[in-house]
Order: sequence, then structure tokens, then C-alpha cells
Amino acid sequence: MKTRIKFRKYGALRFIGHLDVMRYFQKLLRRAEIPVAYTSGYSPHMIMSFASPLGIGLTSDGEYFDIELKEPISSREAVRRMNAATVEGIDILSFRQIAEEKKWTGMAIVTAADYLAKWKYTDTMGYSVPGNPSFDEILSERLPAFLKQPEIFVLKQTKRSEKEVDIRPLIYRMESRKDGIFMRLAAGSVQNLKPELVMAALCRFADIPEMPDCFWWHRLELYAAADNEAAGLADAGHKFVTLEDLGREIGEGHE
Amino acid sequence: MRKLALNDEILLKIEKPARYIGGEVNSVMKDPAQVDIRFAMCFPDVYEIGMSHLGIQILYDMFNRREDVWCERVYSPWVDLDKILREKKIPLFALESQEPIQEFDFLGITLQYEMCYTNILQILELSQIPLHTRERGEEDPLVIGGGPCAYNPEPLAEFFDLFYIGEGETVYDTLFDVYKQCKKEGKSRLAFLECAAGIEGIYVPQFYRPSYQEDKTLASFCPVNSHAPFTVKKQVVTHLEETTYPLSPVVPYIKATQDRVVLEIQRGCIRGCRFCQAGMIYRPTRERDVETLKKYAKAMLLHTGHEEISLSSLSSSDYSKLQELVTFLMEEFQGKGVNISLPSLRIDAFSLDVMQKIQDIRKSSLTFAPEAGSQRMRNVINKGLTEDEILDGAGQAFTGGWTKVKLYFMLGLPTETEEDMREIAALSDRVARRYYEIPKEQRRGKCQITASSSFFVPKPFTPFQWAPMCTAEEYMRRASIVKQAFSEQLNRKSLKYHWHDAQVTVLEGVLARGDRKVGNVIEKAYRLGALFDSWTETFRGECWMQAFADTGVDPEFYTLRERGEDELFPWDFIDIGVQKEFLRKEWNRALAETVTPNCRIQCCGCGAARYGGGVCYEDKN
Ligand code: SF4
Ligand code: SF4
Repeated sequence: MKTRIKFRKYGALRFIGHLDVMRYFQKLLRRAEIPVAYTSGYSPHMIMSFASPLGIGLTSDGEYFDIELKEPISSREAVRRMNAATVEGIDILSFRQIAEEKKWTGMAIVTAADYLAKWKYTDTMGYSVPGNPSFDEILSERLPAFLKQPEIFVLKQTKRSEKEVDIRPLIYRMESRKDGIFMRLAAGSVQNLKPELVMAALCRFADIPEMPDCFWWHRLELYAAADNEAAGLADAGHKFVTLEDLGREIGEGHE
Repeated sequence: MRKLALNDEILLKIEKPARYIGGEVNSVMKDPAQVDIRFAMCFPDVYEIGMSHLGIQILYDMFNRREDVWCERVYSPWVDLDKILREKKIPLFALESQEPIQEFDFLGITLQYEMCYTNILQILELSQIPLHTRERGEEDPLVIGGGPCAYNPEPLAEFFDLFYIGEGETVYDTLFDVYKQCKKEGKSRLAFLECAAGIEGIYVPQFYRPSYQEDKTLASFCPVNSHAPFTVKKQVVTHLEETTYPLSPVVPYIKATQDRVVLEIQRGCIRGCRFCQAGMIYRPTRERDVETLKKYAKAMLLHTGHEEISLSSLSSSDYSKLQELVTFLMEEFQGKGVNISLPSLRIDAFSLDVMQKIQDIRKSSLTFAPEAGSQRMRNVINKGLTEDEILDGAGQAFTGGWTKVKLYFMLGLPTETEEDMREIAALSDRVARRYYEIPKEQRRGKCQITASSSFFVPKPFTPFQWAPMCTAEEYMRRASIVKQAFSEQLNRKSLKYHWHDAQVTVLEGVLARGDRKVGNVIEKAYRLGALFDSWTETFRGECWMQAFADTGVDPEFYTLRERGEDELFPWDFIDIGVQKEFLRKEWNRALAETVTPNCRIQCCGCGAARYGGGVCYEDKN
């Protein structure tokens, strides 16, 4: 049985890199005695597939990975056991059964992600002169004009070269909220836009030559493309469904 | 949420920030207001190494079982963070509470190898604790050392308030009770140390004064405080079942050197190899109960979620219930995603059978530690392994499908001749020949015999404590003789030879058998920039050479001299049970190339029977 686990990563755990998060979950699943399936051979391991690795320093409310169970367990029980065996900094949010077909697992289906560039300093200390508009005020004010541009070219570094790319079509939604700037961006293996790149472009647009170190980067959610009306939200012609909503709760009777 | 001692900017700049954030699974949090004693337990090396040490996990668990003690951990900050802490004057902190070590009651430092000594000074300095005991005030933590290097604490005497000689399970409780009592009565630091000196196994260096002969050897070593005893007795747990064991050890986020459950199956070793300090200081050999170990294994795997379990002890093949335990582990955990990793075992039908079941024989290798190439030399060091055993064992393994063998040797052993050195290559070649005796169609290509040699360092409390060492140049000369001999072997294309660095060996030799005067050298070397000396990438031999020159301490006094029969050693005030006369007798037997039987074959009256347990009393009631 294939299942998808959604979790939150916060606090000190943002300093734990992706590979170590994987190791963390391998051990957590064993402590929680979740009946996970193993590969055979001399060093058996769990079959795990992470949706979209989170970089060091970021927190998240919407992280996912898929595992294979060798026998069913109810969602409620699995979440309870895993939360009882976890540490401060990782919370399990849901545990759901997903379709068996390969194309529904892992990285392959991710198409968009929500981010929040949170203000680090509520008093904008050190970043503004008293009387002048503060940093977050400038950015919020310039945001509508920024988004009105038909094209936003940025320099993208690849392994071998640099090239100018238009990131505007990859920004599905962007708005100023009270705790920071919200972004819904293209994500996944086909097209992927990093929130830092967008904020750097916004800063340049607002005549702040260098992006100051005043954001916490936070991921809110990951989406797959929705192919039916029922699931989706419409954004600039795109329809999305959260990875969580692609799964369904496993009941007590495992039905 | 726990507040971190380091800010984001720092944590994102340094390598592996997870080394410094604490909060791992099974790490213990307590309310500081509810405890009487704050203890910082330190392994003076990087996190990944320190976290892999079983002894610390045992004490961490044991201390935290007490409601009145909160034991936390601290490791050496790697050079990147070291620099930042100094620049920004951030005091070193404990992982759990993230609070400065400065505010603790105790800083306990485990001394596992000599080359971590400069790291100890780093820990003290970054914690803003004065380096020398005499400069410390009432508010400073008490700095206590323990572990194998505490069996010659003298080079570190100036830096420690106390040393704990022996196994931690025995008198720490008493020490804590005494400390609490003293604190309650408002006693001074000095008064507490006087009380502590009265506890068996506790050594308070400032209460002793050495005096020296004209030839710089020790003339006398006497207590100068009436509370301090003449000899300090090593502490030993007589019955291991009566101790606690960490059933929920801390699980690091990043991969530690030991990323697995570790079961300690026994303490001590029956064999008595004459170079081996562990074999003497942990006498008598004591086994753990196999049924208890089975329970521990289950509980620990469940509480940690580790996917691997391994056994720990000296000479594990000598554990009498090994077959039963290993069979249990395989039956119970194989197929449940748990790997079983075995320590190197004597090669026989049982161990080959087990290895076949738990590892891929095409990838794994067999390990032998003959320690010396010739039988003569093995008699000198009392290593019971014979050439026939090695060749038979390798032969059986080759027939079973193995093609890789690792051989460990020592160079520079007492009485070593050129012939003995060349035999290292010859023995390796004979192992390869055994492989090529198998008919070609049954072989799997070439075999790969990897020999490595380390240089011998004489340690206190061994029969070789009187032995001279060689100069670094002489060590390198010997390594090149061996290398040359390898290139002359028939199967040289299947043989590989590695050797260790000689400069580190010589330093290790000075620190291992050093006296109080060596403390100045350590401090000087540290001031000149020596740190993480056990890491090849950070080792700076020139700092040490300069330190010897600056302090006027002659390293060769400690290394090149054969010590006289009657010489008083800096560590002689410690009583480990095993008697000096016994060690001397063993030294003479070594020179006569006479083998001494192991404890199970025949007790040779070393003195450790005084502890009233273990192998000395097996089948003898
Ligand atoms: S077998 Fe020899 S070298 Fe190994 S622990 Fe025992 S005494 Fe030491
Ligand atoms: S007293 Fe005898 S049996 Fe006991 S450790 Fe010494 S030699 Fe071995």
C-alpha cells in the first residue's frame, strides 16, 4: 500500500539538510513501528520518495514523502505514533493512502509551491531611517507594479553558463501579507523557480540594489497539477491540488 | 521552543550546523531550577566522533537518571566555528540547554587518546574557564577527567581539578552526593576537593608534588595535603549486571561515526598482549549476561530506530556466549530491516557462516591483527595468533568466496630486527599464495591483501612501559624496509601496504608516558596553533617542535630512553590491581621470547583478582 506523509519542519530543525531529514524519517518510522516495506538484500532499506527537497535554513508547513507499507495502519494511529516519537521541529500532519500507479508518487507530480518570505525584523531595525518608509513598506508598495510587467528577466546560473530567463510566467501568484510576501511559484522537475530569485528581482525593481538579509524563508505547500475541476484552484489559468488532497485517509478498519 | 546559542547567520555559514543545535531524539531536557548539579560531559573532538562513544552515552544516561543532576553534552567546535566564537566572544555552550559551560558545576572531559590534549585547552578557553586549576575561582566549574588516558594524568595535571580513575559507574554517585553536601554547607572549592580526594578512585592533582632527580627522572611523588591518599585505586564494576545501560541513547541528526546500536558484551580482555594498555587497565575480564543483552538489543533498536546493531568489546571472540547472542540477533532482526555488524572475530566455521549470512562476501573483507610478521616477534608481544591460524582461516574464507583480506601490524616493537620487519611482507605474501593454491576455475579473479602498519607506542601500565621508542626517521626507515620487502614478493600485484605517520607517533609517545613538565609543552603548542592534532588535515607538527624548543623540554627524554628497572613512573601512584612486579616479569619474559598463557588457560597472578569478580573467579567457586 502506498502512503503519503505530510509534515512540518520548523525551529532548530531548519538546519538539518535533506539527506539527514531522510535518515531522520527512516529512524522515526521504526521507532513508531509503522509497518514499512523494505527492499531485500544484504542492506535492506525503506522505499522512500521525497517530493521536493527543502534547502538548509528554510522552514515549511508543507513537506511530503511517500512510502510503501507492507500492511495497512489507520491514518489516525500512524500520525499519533509518529508524533509521539518525533522531536520538536518536525510534526506529522497527515498520513494518507495514495494511488498505486508510479506516476502519482514523489517528485514527478510537483508543479507548484507556496512560499512566504517572512520579515525577520518586525521593527525593521537597521534597515530604515526613521521617518522614511521602511523596507517592507517599500516592497509592498512596489509589488503591484512589479507584477504588472509583462516580462521579468533575471540572470539564471546553470552549471556551465549564465542565461537571461523570463520568470514572470513562473510566478502564479504574489501578494503582500502582514507577515511577509506570499508567492506561488512553479516547482518540480520541469520548471522550478526559487523564491530567493523572485525576491531579489523585486528588490532590484524597488531600487534596493542588494537583497538585504531580512527574510525567513518558509514553504507553505506543494501542489500537483489538477486534471479535474473538483480539486483545483485556478491561478492564471493553472489548476492545482495539494499533494495531500491526492491521498485519502485510511480508516480504523483499513477500508 | 528552545533558543539556540548561535544565530542564523552563524549557523548558515558554518559546516554541519547540526553539530551545535542539540535537541536530538533521546537527548534529555530538564528544568535547571529543579536540579542541584549541572554537568557538562565533553568529548574533546568533533560531534560525529564524540557522539559515537559508548562510555559517554553510559554516563549521560546514568547521571540523568538522578533527578538532582542534569547532564548535557559538549564537543569540540570545528575550526570554522572556533574562529567565530573567538571573534565574537561567544562562550562555549552545552547542546541541550544551549547555555554557557561557564555556569555549570562540572565540566567532565573524557580522555580517549593523547592527540586530543590541545582540544581540551580549546574547550576550556572557549568556555572562558581559566586553563590552570590554580587560576580558577569559586564560580568556575570543576574540571574532571576520566577515560584511558587518565591512567597517566600527569601531563594534564595543571588543567584538571580532579581525575576519575576507573569505570564511571562506581563512585560518581558518591562524588555527586559529596558535592551537594558541600554546596549546602557553603564549603569552598578547596574544601570540596579535599572531601573528594577522600573518595576512592578520585585524584586531585594539586594535592600532590613531584620532585625530580638530577637525571630528570622522578625522585618522589607525594601528597602535600592530608586528605590525599598515597595511592589512588582504580574503580571497577565487579558485576556488570548491577550497572545501568543506556537503553535510549541519543540519536544524532547527522551521520555519526557509529550510526548504530552498540551492545557492550564484556569489559576487559583475557589475552595479555604486552603492548596493549586496554588489556591491562580493564582487568579483570567481566562478561555481561546474554539474556540481559538480548533484552537491551530489542529495547535499544525500538527506542532509537537505528537500522544497525553492533557488538562492542575487546577480543569479542572470547565472549563465552557469542554464538548464542549472534544467532539470536540474526533470528530476531534479520528481515526486519536491521543490519548486524560484527566486530572482527577469530576466523572459524562459526564466524564464516555468520558472515556469509549477514554481508556480501564479494564486498566485505576478512580482518586479522597478527600485529607482527614473525613468530619470534609475536612471542615477544604475547600475541597468541599463529601463522597456521591465519593461513587456515584465510584459506577457509577463500574457499567460501572471500577475496579480500586486511592485515594489521605494528612496527618498531621492542627487539624488532630487520628480519622481523621483512616478515610482514612475507606473511602477507603467504596469505596471497594460499589464495592462488585454489584451482583457477574456482577462484574469483585476483585476491587483494591489504597490510597496514602503525608504529608502536609504549603505554603506561603495560609490560612495555620500560621500552624505548625510535626516532621518527628510524620509524620511516623501517616502513621503507617493509615497503621494499613488499615489492620483492611473488604476489606483489595482489598486495598493498600502508603505513601511518611517524611524527604523530613520537608525540603520542611523549604524551603517553609524560610527566607534569609536559603540560607546558601542550599549552605552548596550543598557543602556537596546534588543534585537532588527531586529524591529518589539521595536524601541525611544527607547532609542537617549536613548543619543545620554547619550553626546553626534550622529547627524547620521554621516547628514546629505556627506563631503568627501579625507575619511579609518574603514574605509579595509581593502583590498577595489576602489579608493577607482574608487568616487570612480563617485560623480562618478552625479552626471553616466552609466551604467557591467557587468563582462561591459566591465571598468572597479575593482581587483578583483588577486585573479586570476573574471569579470576570463573568456575572457581
Ligand atoms: S587481544 Fe591483545 S590486543 Fe586485543 S584487547 Fe586483548 S590484550 Fe589487547
Ligand atoms: S588475577 Fe589471574 S585470572 Fe585474574 S586477571 Fe590476573 S591473570 Fe587473569
